Amino acid sequence: MKSVARLTLHVCLLAGTCFASAPAPDAAKPGEELARMADVSGHYGGHLTIGERAEPKTLNPVTATDVISREVIGRLMGDLIEINRSTQQTEPALAKSWKISPDGRIFTLQLRKGIRFSDGYPFDADDVVFSFNLYMDEAIDSPQRDLLIIDGKPIQVTKLDQYTVRFALPRPYAAAERLFDGLAILPKHLLEKPYREGHFEQAWSLNAQASEVAGLGPFRLKQYLPGQRIVVERNPYYWKVDRENQRLPYLDELVFLFVGTEDAQVMRFEAGETDIVSRLSSENYSLLLREKSRLGSQLADMGPSLEYNFLVFNLNDLSGKKLGEVAGKQVWFRDLKFRQAISAALDRDSIVRLVFGTRGAALWGNVGPGNKLWINQNIPHSPRSIETARQILKSAGYAWNPAGQLLDSAGKPVEFSIITSSSNTQRLKMATLLQDDLSHLGMQVHVVPLEFRALMDRVFQSFDYDAAIMGLGGGDADPNPEVNVWAFSGTSHLWHLGETKPATDWEGELDQLMQQQMITLDYAKRKQLYDRAQQLIAENLPFIFLGTPDILAGADSKVGNFHPAILDPYTLWNADELYVRSPAQENAGVR
Amino acid sequence: MRSKTFLSITGLVGLHLILLCAGFFAPYDPTAQDRELPYAPPTRMHFEDGYGFHFRPFVYAWTTSLDSDQIESYREDRTRRYPVHFFVSGSSYNLLGGYRTTLHLFDVESPGKILLFGADGYGRDEFSRVLFGGQISVAAGISATLIALLTGGLFGIVAGYFGRWVDEVLMGVTELFLSLPWLYFLLGVRAFLPLHLSTLRTFFLLTGVIGLIGWARPARLVRGLVLSSRHRNYVLAARGFGGSDFYLLRRHLLPEVSGLLLTQATLLVPRYIAAEVTLSFFGLGVNEPVPSWGNMLATLQQYNVLVSYGWLLAPACALVVTSVLYSSLADMFHSRLKSYST
Repeated sequence: MKSVARLTLHVCLLAGTCFASAPAPDAAKPGEELARMADVSGHYGGHLTIGERAEPKTLNPVTATDVISREVIGRLMGDLIEINRSTQQTEPALAKSWKISPDGRIFTLQLRKGIRFSDGYPFDADDVVFSFNLYMDEAIDSPQRDLLIIDGKPIQVTKLDQYTVRFALPRPYAAAERLFDGLAILPKHLLEKPYREGHFEQAWSLNAQASEVAGLGPFRLKQYLPGQRIVVERNPYYWKVDRENQRLPYLDELVFLFVGTEDAQVMRFEAGETDIVSRLSSENYSLLLREKSRLGSQLADMGPSLEYNFLVFNLNDLSGKKLGEVAGKQVWFRDLKFRQAISAALDRDSIVRLVFGTRGAALWGNVGPGNKLWINQNIPHSPRSIETARQILKSAGYAWNPAGQLLDSAGKPVEFSIITSSSNTQRLKMATLLQDDLSHLGMQVHVVPLEFRALMDRVFQSFDYDAAIMGLGGGDADPNPEVNVWAFSGTSHLWHLGETKPATDWEGELDQLMQQQMITLDYAKRKQLYDRAQQLIAENLPFIFLGTPDILAGADSKVGNFHPAILDPYTLWNADELYVRSPAQENAGVR
Repeated sequence: MRSKTFLSITGLVGLHLILLCAGFFAPYDPTAQDRELPYAPPTRMHFEDGYGFHFRPFVYAWTTSLDSDQIESYREDRTRRYPVHFFVSGSSYNLLGGYRTTLHLFDVESPGKILLFGADGYGRDEFSRVLFGGQISVAAGISATLIALLTGGLFGIVAGYFGRWVDEVLMGVTELFLSLPWLYFLLGVRAFLPLHLSTLRTFFLLTGVIGLIGWARPARLVRGLVLSSRHRNYVLAARGFGGSDFYLLRRHLLPEVSGLLLTQATLLVPRYIAAEVTLSFFGLGVNEPVPSWGNMLATLQQYNVLVSYGWLLAPACALVVTSVLYSSLADMFHSRLKSYST
C-alpha cells in the first residue's frame, strides 16, 4: 500500500514537472506606470530556441565582456533609456521621461512608478544609484566604466526622490542619453550584500540559483545546464504592454542552445532545432536562401552593417624597439602618396562580390551606407585604377625595374606583409585579393594569417608588423564610440598608438573635431563637425577602407514580430515582442 | 599479389612524376585569379554539338547570372566552342625546379577556360592547384614522417633494448614531449620567427615542427615491441651463441620493428599532410597564394563550402589516393619482411 502511495506521489511529481509552465503574466496593478507599445500585437505561449556559438561566461551585467553573455543578460535586464534598434533613436524605458538642462550637463530622469523586478520586489531610485555606483567602482573595473568617466571625472548620480534621479556630467556630452542603453539596472536588495562583502565579481555566475538572479528585463533565469543550454522564462512583472494592454513578453520561454560554431548554428537552424539565427556570413545566408522554400524560413538582409574593415599600416613610433626592418619600411607607409596609390589600386567591387557574395558594400570612409544619419555623402568613391595608382607612385619617386618590381627612390624593392586573423575567413579573403591587386603595382605582399591573440599582441603591444587587416565599429550609429579610434590618445588609434601629442597636423585637427562634436548638442552642427572628420580621414588614409558586410539573419516561419536590425543585438532586441504564430497565421503570411 | 604490387608501384611512381612535373600537366598558374569565376564548377568536356561528333574534345565557357535572391549561378555559353589543344604554350613555370618553360600538356583558347576540377573562391584553377599543392604537401608529409620515424625508432630501440636507466631517461623525454602544451609552444615558435617565410623555409619549418611533435608516439610503440622481443627465445639463443648487441639489433629486432614503422609511415604521411591545416592556423603553414593540400583543405572546414562546392574536395581525394597507394606499398613491404623472417 505504501509503495502504491509512493508511486502515485512520483507520478504526481513527474506530471508536475512536465506540465510546469511559465508564470502567467501578472495583471496590471493600479498605480503601475507601464510602457504601452502601441503598434505591437501577438499572442501568448510557446518558446523559441536560439543557437549560440559559445556559452555565456557570466550573468553579471557589470563584469560581462563577451557578446554571448551580453546577449543573454540583455534579455534579463532593463535599461533606463533604450535605443530602438529599428529607428536607431532613443526611447523611454525604465525612465518614463527625462529633462536636460540648457547647458547639457544635468539629466533629470523620472522613473516609472510601481514596477517590480522579476522576483516581485519593487524598483525605485535606490536601485539606479546602487547600479551606477557599481559600474563606476574602480575596484570592479566594469567595461562600462570608461563610458561614465568623462574627462577623468565620473558622472555624479543623485537620488532626488523615490522616483527621480539626477545625473550630473562634468561637461556637456552630445547624445548622452544613448549612454544609458546597455547599462542594466540591478536589484539592490539582492546584490548589496555581496558588494559590501567584497565578492561582487563572483555574484551571478553561471552557477547562481534562478532565485538569486532578478532583473527588469522581459525574461528571468529558469535553468542553466552546463555545456547545453540556458532557459529563461517570462518575467510576470515586466513593465511593457502591447496595444491591447496585454503584458509582454508573449513567449513562455527563450532557450539559448550552445552549439559551438557558426556552421553548427546554420546546421541546427536547417534541421529545425533552432528558430532564430543571426550574424550569418553571406555564404551561409545563400545556403539558407537556396533551401528557403523547403525550410519555409524568413530570411532578412538588413543591408550594410556599421562595421568597417580596413588595411592599416604600422605608423607607430618604433624608437627604442629593435624593429629596424619595420622602421625601414615606415618611410613608404608614412608617405601619403604610397597609401593613396594602394587605395586606388584596390578592387573594392571584387571584395563585395567575392568576400561578401554581393551582400555588402564597398567603403571609402569610416562611415558606411548603413549609417544614414551620419554618413558624409561627399566622400568621393573613386573607381579602381591601376593606371592612376602607378602615376601617383611615379610622382612620389617610385620606379619599376625590368622585372616589373616596384622600387622606392633609394632603389629598394617594395615588399611587406599583411597580418590578419586566421579564424576570420572574410578578412583572409580580403588579404588575398589585396595581395593580387598590389602585385599589379609591382609590390610584393605576403599574407600572414595569425592566431587572434598573436595578432592582437603584435598590433597593440610589440608593434612588430608592417600592415594589418582588421575591423572596427558596429556598436552604435552615433559618432561618440568612434572617439576612441580617431582621438590621438584613443586606445584604438591603431596606426599610431600611445601618441602624447598629434604626430601630424591633420591628426591634431581630427582630434579637435572629435572632441568638439562630443560637446556639441545640436545635430546639424555636430554633423558638420563629423563630416569634416570623415573627410580628413578619407583624405589622409590612416586606414584604407575596404568594405562592410550586410547584416544577415533568419528565423523560422513561426516567429512573429521578427524585425532584425543593423545594431547589435540584431535579432533579439525585441525579444519581448516575439511570439509563436499559429499555423493558420503562418499560412496567411502574418508577420 | 604481384599485379597489385605492380599497380601500386606504378601508381606511386606515376603520382610522383605528375607532381614533379606539375607545371606541365597543369594548364594554368596556380596563383592566377579570375574574379569573374569564383566557385566555378568543373568544365564539362564535350564531343558533340549541334553539328555532330568531334574527335577533338571541346569545352564551353561559363557565364554567370544572378537570380532573384542574388545567388550567382553558372551556365554554359553555347555560342562558342573552345577545342582542347595539346602541347600548347601558356604561363611560364620551372620544370623540375630549374628549366623555365611555357609548355603545357593541354589548354583551350582564351577567353575560354578548362577547369577540370572547377575553381576556388578566387576563380583559381583547382586542378592546377592540386598538382602544385601536392608538390609541397607530399614532400613535407614524407620528410616529416621520416624525421618522426627515424628519431622515434632510434629512441625506441635504444630504450627498449638497453632498458634500465637508459629506458627511464629516454621514456621520460618522450613523456615530456607528449605532455608539452603544443598550442603555446607553437605560438611561441611563431612569435620568434619573422612574419614572412619563403616557401622553402616554410617547408623546412613544417617538416621540422611536425617531426618534432610526432616522434614521441612511435618511439613508445617501438620501445614496447623491442622490450617484448628481446626476451623471445630466438633472441636469447642468439645472445647465448655470442651474438653482439649490434648483431641482435640488426638481425632480430630491426626486422621486427620495421613492420611497425612501415605501418606507422602509411598512417602518418596523410595525417602529416593534413596537420598543415592546424599549423596554418598558427601562421606556420604554407601561405596564400601558394597552394598546398593542407591550405586547400582548410577551406573545407567551412560548412557552406563543403555542401555547396563539392569539387573543392579534390585535394581530399588526392590525399586519399596517395594514402591508399602508400598503404598498399607498406603491405607489400610488410609481407616481404615477414617471409624473410620466417
